[in-house]
Amino acid sequence: MRFKVLGMVAALALVVSACESTPESGAGASGSGGGGAGGTSTITPLPAAAPLALKDQFVVDVGDRVFFSFDRFDVEPDQRETLNRQAAWLKKFSSVSVTIEGHADERGTREYNLALGARRANAVKDYLVFQGVDASRIKTVSYGEERPVALGSDESAWSQNRRGVTVVAGGS
Amino acid sequence: MTIEPMNSGRSFPRTFLAAVFLLAALVAGRGAEAEITIDITRGKVEPLPIAITDFVGAQGVAARYGRDLARVIGSNLERSGLFRPIDRRAFIQSAGALNTVPRFGDWRVINAQALVQGRTEMVPDGRLRVEFRLWDVFSEQQMIGLAYFTVPDNWRRVAHIISDAIYKRITGEDGYFDTRIVYVAEHSKDSKGVGRNRLNPFGKRLAIMDQDGENHRFLTDGSTLVLTPRFSPTLQEITYMSYYRNNPRVYIFNIDTGRQEVLGDFPGMTFAPRFSPDGKRIIMSMAKDGNSEIYVMDLRTRVVRQLTYHSAIDTSPSFSPDGSQVVFNSDRGGSQQLYVMDSRGKSVQRISFGRGRYATPVWSPRGDLIAFTKLANKRFFIGVMKPDGSGERLLAEDFKIEGPTWSPNGRVLIYYRKGKTNKDGTGGTSKLWSVDLTGHNERQISTPLDASDPAWSPLIP
Repeated sequence: MRFKVLGMVAALALVVSACESTPESGAGASGSGGGGAGGTSTITPLPAAAPLALKDQFVVDVGDRVFFSFDRFDVEPDQRETLNRQAAWLKKFSSVSVTIEGHADERGTREYNLALGARRANAVKDYLVFQGVDASRIKTVSYGEERPVALGSDESAWSQNRRGVTVVAGGS
Repeated sequence: MTIEPMNSGRSFPRTFLAAVFLLAALVAGRGAEAEITIDITRGKVEPLPIAITDFVGAQGVAARYGRDLARVIGSNLERSGLFRPIDRRAFIQSAGALNTVPRFGDWRVINAQALVQGRTEMVPDGRLRVEFRLWDVFSEQQMIGLAYFTVPDNWRRVAHIISDAIYKRITGEDGYFDTRIVYVAEHSKDSKGVGRNRLNPFGKRLAIMDQDGENHRFLTDGSTLVLTPRFSPTLQEITYMSYYRNNPRVYIFNIDTGRQEVLGDFPGMTFAPRFSPDGKRIIMSMAKDGNSEIYVMDLRTRVVRQLTYHSAIDTSPSFSPDGSQVVFNSDRGGSQQLYVMDSRGKSVQRISFGRGRYATPVWSPRGDLIAFTKLANKRFFIGVMKPDGSGERLLAEDFKIEGPTWSPNGRVLIYYRKGKTNKDGTGGTSKLWSVDLTGHNERQISTPLDASDPAWSPLIP
């Protein structure tokens, strides 16, 4: 599994570097060769837009996180759609592995929140496995209350911090 | 780091041990008269007025140490809330020579009940000799006389040892000044700081300091998130949790060598570690498939034993001082509450029944109480209860306040308090505080950065 992931990352890196080299050589050709067929008008090819890395695609197209109620770790009905999309995407990209991060808000003791984060990460994992994703592709990690995304000691911040985040492997 | 007895010619091995010798010649017999005492079990104690004179130096260097010693002893005693050092500008008699008996009348006039005098001297081998006497001003009796030899750099420890001797002589209980605190230093949310990264957004680092905040140093560099350090009873080691390589596990840190070692090979996150009272085992939680249970590992044999078997969150375990029982928190009854079980995981009994959630139980070194964090009405509290759950008392309160740790004499608690964070990231500062078991004398402990997760060491042997 580890080798697969590394292989995939290496392949992605090759694709990206290939994309980057193309516009450079194009620009160099137009600079030295002058107008070519166009004569007066110079056509400079735009650099090809680098394709989104898989992990970013996942965040943008699928949605990487679900939210939990206070001191709860069951997947709420209104969060299931996100996990259904995650499961479908993971079945499509079957060589990708993920880490699910479990997080808590600050309203709990530190050690309890570590345990709560572990429960939440595992609840997301169980859901994805139930949807047919191979359990061996999924790691979990709890950060407790240590990595809030939203600042502020109010419900709007807390509700964003009580989350399970699915992170597609391949660098940070 | 040695303190050697003056009456011994041979040099002791350079050990961490501090030998304290009572000098028979300096000790006056305990009079039959009523002595000054402080009953530290009472609620609000009127601090005892005490005069602490600068220790008289035989040479210039020794005189500087003498002044520093008196200053550290004075601030130790003052912070305890049990003593009120008298402003030295009120002193009538100059520090004077130690060998002369004080003019007690001069000290009674300024209402000093106790008097501390001392003398310092640099001896030819380069060491510092410190002696002091504690006097009962009204009965005109000497209460203690002690002498110490030390390498000069070690003068602070001598000041703490003398403070402990004074505290013990007057209260009848062991002191807690010759101790250290390990904690997690962190940057507040709105500050830029070193060592911060995505996985350690507040740059949390282990830090250690003397109980008065001196000799502060960082033990880790902030590249890795670290949490919940706790001292071993033998003091050379700390157990804590680290996210090294993004793998949250319990570690052991050797203070002398700086070596960090992961504890065991567990299939899931290990957290919430504490040493057993004998230092030979570590009790902790492991989360596997989302479920947290309590385990004990024997540090020598590395044998691991599971103590709880429940789908609930079972964590924050703490041994009783005799090692026969374990208190922990669990939500097996529907909400987070305190439970006690025997050291084999049997005879589990719930002990907390008040309104709210109860967490982070820590057994007092005296065995008589359990300190805890309570969450109720959207506030956090630090409190204590007896091991059977009776006699609950709340000692401190804040938006967030957590993680009590006991002084080695079981009379003072340190914890961290954290305010609300504003939307823009300001506020939310986290600092260490201490409070007496009586609920009085709450004070902030100053740290260079924000601070959380304090752990108080035993008395340094």
